[in-house]
Amino acid sequence: MNPLTMKSWSPYVVGALIGLLSWFSFATADKPLGITTAFEYTAAITERAVAPQAALTNAYYKEPEKTPKIDWEWMLVVGVFLGAFLSSKLSGDRTQQTVPSLWEWRFGASTAKRFAGAFFGGALMMFGARLAQGCTSGHGISGALQLAVSSWMFVVLLFASGIATAFLIYGKEGANRV
Amino acid sequence: MFDEPVKLLLGLVTGVGFGFLLQKGRAAKYHVIIGQLLLKDWTVVKIMATAVAVGTVGVYALVAMGAASLHIKPALLGGVLLGGLLFGAGLAIFGYCPGTSVAASGEGRRDATVGLAGMLVGAGVYVAFYPALQPIIKGLADWGKITLPQATATPSWLWVVGVVVAVIGSLYLLESRKKQMRPLKQM
Repeated sequence: MNPLTMKSWSPYVVGALIGLLSWFSFATADKPLGITTAFEYTAAITERAVAPQAALTNAYYKEPEKTPKIDWEWMLVVGVFLGAFLSSKLSGDRTQQTVPSLWEWRFGASTAKRFAGAFFGGALMMFGARLAQGCTSGHGISGALQLAVSSWMFVVLLFASGIATAFLIYGKEGANRV
Repeated sequence: MFDEPVKLLLGLVTGVGFGFLLQKGRAAKYHVIIGQLLLKDWTVVKIMATAVAVGTVGVYALVAMGAASLHIKPALLGGVLLGGLLFGAGLAIFGYCPGTSVAASGEGRRDATVGLAGMLVGAGVYVAFYPALQPIIKGLADWGKITLPQATATPSWLWVVGVVVAVIGSLYLLESRKKQMRPLKQM
């Protein structure tokens, strides 16, 4: 069977290929795979355009390493969307789901409630990622493979906090429904 | 405002590969991410651990050959501690991490796309309150851009080999333990 039209690959194959992809990104662009800096730059560009006066007094824009622009990583994020779109189109593994079934079991079928949860959860997650300067990709994969102290600390904390929060929300009964 | 076109194209190509792999790995699915946090579905850990083991060998080889350089984030304890805790909590509520939420949007999932808007707002709050946040981020120790080999004054290759051995060992244990349990039903 054509692997491109398969709905899923072994997580070990996928993991090994992501590892090879990180060789590629270091070799071709001297960059680690990461997602959240692009969101920070997009927000920074938008805020400067909407409120230039506030941007003038915000020390963020004076930091030498903060140069918000459309860069390699910004296009990486666009590529992730396109790549997942392509993969799901080839296999037919697509869904327009709004309320995941485990969420529905816990919070009901309300789309508005799920969207509010997704919005708030996404905002909280991204705020945390920027405080720590990385996410599951930037710290969890790229930083960990570079053996960064900050990244190994972040991975331990994110799983500890994620597991605790997931059990607070869903409990043992929810876990048994996975 | 823009990087040069070659860099943009390279980023796009790398991203397409990354998104394709995340979707094929089933990491762009709510029940797989939450299943991992509820310790029932180990797909996410398998992908991350394998990627780290394969990645560390090649990237440290590239660095040793002078073909790439390390890009690590500083160990600012305040930022990493608070950031890691908030990130994990947000992840458990949202059900997708930053990369997989973009991939999940590509797969058609509407709740993931709503979360992307929330993520932009979260990034916006960080930028807007950047000066006020500095005392929190830098409030505790700053160990700098330090790697585990540097922190322990041990050779890098020892850590690279150690990570590979530890990953293979833990994944082997994970698989042999799973065989003893009944097969998990799909949602």
